Amino acid sequence: MNETPMDASRNTPRPVGPIIEIADMHKWYGDFHVLQEINLQVQAGERIVICGPSGSGKSTLIRCINRLEEHQRGRILVDGIELTNDIKNIEKIRMEVGMVFQHFNLFPHLTILENLTLGPIWVRKTPKKEAEETAMMFLEKVHIAEQAKKFPGQLSGGQQQRVAIARSLCMKPKVMLFDEPTSALDPEMVKEVLDVMINLAEEGMTMLVVTHEMGFAKSVAHRVMFMDFGQIVEENNPHDFFENPSHERTRLFLSQILN
Amino acid sequence: MTRPTPAPQHTGDMKPPVSEVGVLGWMRKNLFNTWYNSLLTVLILFGLWQVVPPLVRWAFIDSLWNSSSEACRDIDGACWSIIPANIKFILFGFFPEGQDWRPITAIILLLALVYYSKDRRHWTRTLAVLWPIGLAVMATLMYGGVFGMPIVETAQWSGLPLTLMLALFGMVAAYPLGVILALGRRSRMPAIKALCVVYIELIRGVPLISVLFMSSVMFPLFLPEGVTIDKILRAQVAIILFTAAYIAEVVRGGLQAMARGQYEAADSLGLKYGQAMRLIILPQALKIVIPPSMGILISAFKDTSLVVIIALYDILKTTQVSLSNPKWMGYSTEAYIFLAVFYFLCCFAMSSFSRKLERDLHTGR
Repeated sequence: MNETPMDASRNTPRPVGPIIEIADMHKWYGDFHVLQEINLQVQAGERIVICGPSGSGKSTLIRCINRLEEHQRGRILVDGIELTNDIKNIEKIRMEVGMVFQHFNLFPHLTILENLTLGPIWVRKTPKKEAEETAMMFLEKVHIAEQAKKFPGQLSGGQQQRVAIARSLCMKPKVMLFDEPTSALDPEMVKEVLDVMINLAEEGMTMLVVTHEMGFAKSVAHRVMFMDFGQIVEENNPHDFFENPSHERTRLFLSQILN
Repeated sequence: MTRPTPAPQHTGDMKPPVSEVGVLGWMRKNLFNTWYNSLLTVLILFGLWQVVPPLVRWAFIDSLWNSSSEACRDIDGACWSIIPANIKFILFGFFPEGQDWRPITAIILLLALVYYSKDRRHWTRTLAVLWPIGLAVMATLMYGGVFGMPIVETAQWSGLPLTLMLALFGMVAAYPLGVILALGRRSRMPAIKALCVVYIELIRGVPLISVLFMSSVMFPLFLPEGVTIDKILRAQVAIILFTAAYIAEVVRGGLQAMARGQYEAADSLGLKYGQAMRLIILPQALKIVIPPSMGILISAFKDTSLVVIIALYDILKTTQVSLSNPKWMGYSTEAYIFLAVFYFLCCFAMSSFSRKLERDLHTGR
């Protein structure tokens, strides 16, 4: 019986076991085997950084977790619910999994505040006033409350990405996925976004982060994973991962990225 | 206009040479900058001199605005009198004498409805209720049969109310239908997709005239004995179905222009398909396609004049009929200029509304 009502499951202590469980998962784009035999368990509160060369499947992997991409073999369970073609389950999982995109993907026709309240009002059925209060609270948290009435197009990239993080947080997700959140930013804006993410980590959010910010990985991650050619090549705690990588490919990648 | 501080020493404060500024400078730069441009300027000025003064004389100086047809025979200028003399027939056609207040009220109602719908703050669910109610009230006003109004058969509906009703209700109904067709064409469900593709391609594959013919001549043949559907209603439906197919393709273009990230962001928040479309995708996609949609609506407005061929008397036809009166024969130029001004004003209002809408919906970037 996975069918516990949403609110009950939020209030009761989390059931023992991983919040994300991926077992023997494969994915193909046509004939191209983009993800091969992925096994991954994420505990609640765990922070995982995924790195790897472009085209290695790291983005595809986290996009499978909220079904922006469909996997063809194996199982993905999020919060005890299996991802299948059942749209009800997909919607349930998407409510609990927040996602931050490389290109922010804010809704340009809505104000910042409306961007933040849209999900809570329409998906979680939160009353508008309450949703706005929560939104303002999160905007304060990402230091951008004074921009609430503006449109996304009037903000800088770093500000937009912080809004995007706040938008996901407004849904009170159990897991946050970050798909290269700083790659599209000008260098001087990377820090403001990383600071927000570090704060989030300190509050105990479960995070899966695809990034090339190795400094962030070192200081925040519990585990760092290296992916190449659709496989998880290596996975370790940050200290051992950076000091003592066991695979040649990892070593090569790290030497390239860290100069 | 003296400066309190001494002028700075750098050249930034220098004025451009006189030949570059003012009317003379502008003319020199834009009209006489080379010998062939100078030649063209002179030729065009000569052409305008040949055309404009006689035109002004014909239209305004030698013209008559409100006279009998006999008085018009003696002048060289335009005989605008044909319009006021026939205005009742041009506007209301065969609508029975003494009942003019009914189409007048209907038109005022319709224009009020349009005016109310112009304001974006009124775009709520009320609007979706107001338009059908407006249609019903107008139909009642025109048809009569209640409150002591004598019945006027739809065959007698003509002139301005017919044109406006066909055009406005055609547009208002075709737009949402077109949006639904566009979404259907992008549907992942093969049956729905196929249905929409077939519909859109079939309708776009034939001229409006043939759709109107089908609706007026062929369609009644398929109806069971004794069942008749009103001719104006059939024409109205034909116009709606025709326009919707074109709207659908324009809207589909807008949907395709949307970045995939918008769909993904909506999905990742857990929005359902309907919510994502209504709240995220359509508001942006429809905004992108405002200019081409308005183009289609404008041409739909003008195309209502094609109902002439199924013997409906819209404002174009009533004007033509007035011209066939021997008293007013020969003044077709004036009558058609009047019609052109009428159509231009309507279309210009539509296009300036669409430009205003674009400005209002602009949210930076």
